[in-house]
Order: sequence, then C-alpha cells, then structure tokens
Amino acid sequence: MADLQFELVTPERLVRSEAVFMVVVPGTEGDFGVLAGHAPFMSTLRNGEIAVYRSGFGDTPERIPVEGGFAEVNERGLTVLAERAETAA
Amino acid sequence: MASLKALKNRIASVKSTQKITKAMKTVAAAKLRRAQQSAEAARPYAERMAAVMASLASKVAIGPESPKLLAGTGKQDTHLIVLCTSDRGLAGGFNTNIVRAARRAADGLIADGKTVYFYLVGRKGRAVIQRLYPRQIIHQYDTSAIRQPGFADAQAIARDVTDRYMTDGIDVVHLFYAEFRSALVQEPVGRQIIPVPPVETGKTAGASAAVEYEPDEEEILAELLPRAIAVHIYRALLENQAGFFGAQMTAMDNATRNAGDMINRLTIQYNRTRQAAITTELVEIISGAEAL
Repeated sequence: MADLQFELVTPERLVRSEAVFMVVVPGTEGDFGVLAGHAPFMSTLRNGEIAVYRSGFGDTPERIPVEGGFAEVNERGLTVLAERAETAA
Repeated sequence: MASLKALKNRIASVKSTQKITKAMKTVAAAKLRRAQQSAEAARPYAERMAAVMASLASKVAIGPESPKLLAGTGKQDTHLIVLCTSDRGLAGGFNTNIVRAARRAADGLIADGKTVYFYLVGRKGRAVIQRLYPRQIIHQYDTSAIRQPGFADAQAIARDVTDRYMTDGIDVVHLFYAEFRSALVQEPVGRQIIPVPPVETGKTAGASAAVEYEPDEEEILAELLPRAIAVHIYRALLENQAGFFGAQMTAMDNATRNAGDMINRLTIQYNRTRQAAITTELVEIISGAEAL
C-alpha cells in the first residue's frame, strides 16, 4: 500500500515531512485517521496528540502533542498546521 | 597645527571606536545568520497557510454574514498603520526607510481626508512619528525584551490589533516593515492586513474540487483569519530582524572602513608633525653650534 505523505508545520519550523502509514489527528469534532488516498478534507484541531503510525496498524504510534491549528488532506497528502508542536527530537 | 600629544590621543580614540564597530559587525553577522535561518524556517507555514486561505476563499462567498476581518467594516475612513521598526539603532538608514515609507502612505491617506492612527512595534519609529503626528499613536508594543521573535509575540500583537479593529472603529489596518532581500538591501514594504485582502485564486484553488470541511467553511475561515494575520505579523517581525542585522552589519562595515581611513590620515599627519619638530630642533642645534 502506498504511503501517506505527512507534513507537520509550525510557524517556527517544519517539524515533520515524511512518508508514513497512517496518522490519527485530533479534530475539533472528533479524531480522524488518515491513510493514503484519503478524500480531500479539512478540519480544525483541538489541543491533543497526533499519533503517527509508521508502518502498520500494529505499530506503537509516535505521539506528538499539538496545540491549535488545522489539518488539510489533499491529493498530495496530509498537512497539519499547528501553532505549537512538541517533539522529543 | 595640532600638537603631537593631541594627535596621539585622537588616533587612540579612533582606534578604539574602530574596535567597537568591528565587534558590532561581527556580532551582527552572526545574528544575521540566525535570523535568516528562522525567517527561512517560517516560510513553509506561511506558504501552506496562503494556499489554504486561497482554496477557502474561493469557496466562501463574501456576504453580509462574512466575518468582519474578511469583509471589512464597509468604510475606508479610519486607517491604522502598524509600523514595525527595530529597537536599536546603528543600522544605517534601516529604520528611517521604513518610517519614510509609512509616512508617505500616511500623508497620502490624510490628503484624501482619512484619519490615520499609528501602532508602533519597536522603539525606533517613535521619535519621528511623535513629532509629525502627535496624538495619533494609539499604542506602542514593547519588543525590547524579545531577543528572538516567536510566534507567540506575533500572536499577541495580532490579537491586540484585531481587538482594536473590532472595537475602536478602525476600518483598515496596514502593516509596514522592511523586507529582507540581502545583507545590503532591505526594502520597506507596506501591505494591508485587515480586512484580509482577497487572495489570488490562481492555480492552487482549482485542483481541490470536492473538499469536505469539518466544521463548515465559515467556521474554519473564522478560526483561520486571526491566525493568518498573526502569520503576516510574524513574517514582518522575522524579516525586520534579519533586515536589521543585515543593515547593521553593512553600516558597521562602513564605519570600520572609515575609521581605518581616518587612522591612516591621522598617522601621516602625526609623523609629519613629528619630523617637522625634529628638523626644527636639528636646525636649532646646528645653527647654535655654528655660532660658537
């Protein structure tokens, strides 16, 4: 299965830009998972954690806390614009 | 002619000035690099934000129910100029140029019978604006404690400006700052930020045909607009920062070179004076010896 191009951007920097299996995003009206080939979609975010599944459903997801922003899914992949994103790295 | 002692002091003083300008140049160069990096790091966010705004704007029709930030107040009478300058000087014409651009715009608006207010970010614009447009400064945002502008600072400014727009009867908000082109060139620019100018709906908008929105377009837009304004201000702060260090580096480089020229000139004068004194002394001794 094709990978999902995932980008996480904050005003200060580009936090992530990589191909992953699935990303679960905390939307204002509920969490949603994005796989490759998702229909065009846009949602605002609530404060919470993005879960990045690198290779499959069985993965232990990497969790990135984010605050405020929105997510856009288009034919190129998923772009999350967050005001703040904390990563361990 | 200046005495030897005075010349010597003068040379020493110019030398220490040169040392300072040289140090400032080095510091500015190092800071410029950092400021440039953060300006570059902020670019992807701004680009994606613009793309999203464009695709949203093409979907939402501007009507009476549109958010005030997008549709405006329906008037063009009162303008607010957000003027971003640096807090420090010694950067050549950097601040002067920004202030001049803002003044030109303000004078044009005043000539058209509009009311103009100023919102200052940074310390350096104050003196001129205060003198030319007394009682028209509504606020000065203090940035002196900020070493590296963060998005939170931009948001605080954006919130403050937006609040004033909502409540104080301001119709249009302009943002003035200097765009960083290179260490040598900073171009003052002014652009309207509120109401949010219509985005060019070029190629980017057409592709996303059936996008689903959650919550609906209007709500997303309402949430996005304040953020878009903050992004503009953030960009202005970063460009200003980079531009300021660039201008300072150039100015200090010139100052160092001028100091060098001056030292050369003074040294030649010093040597000539010294030689003249020695010659005079020799002539005196020789003629004294001959007289015996």
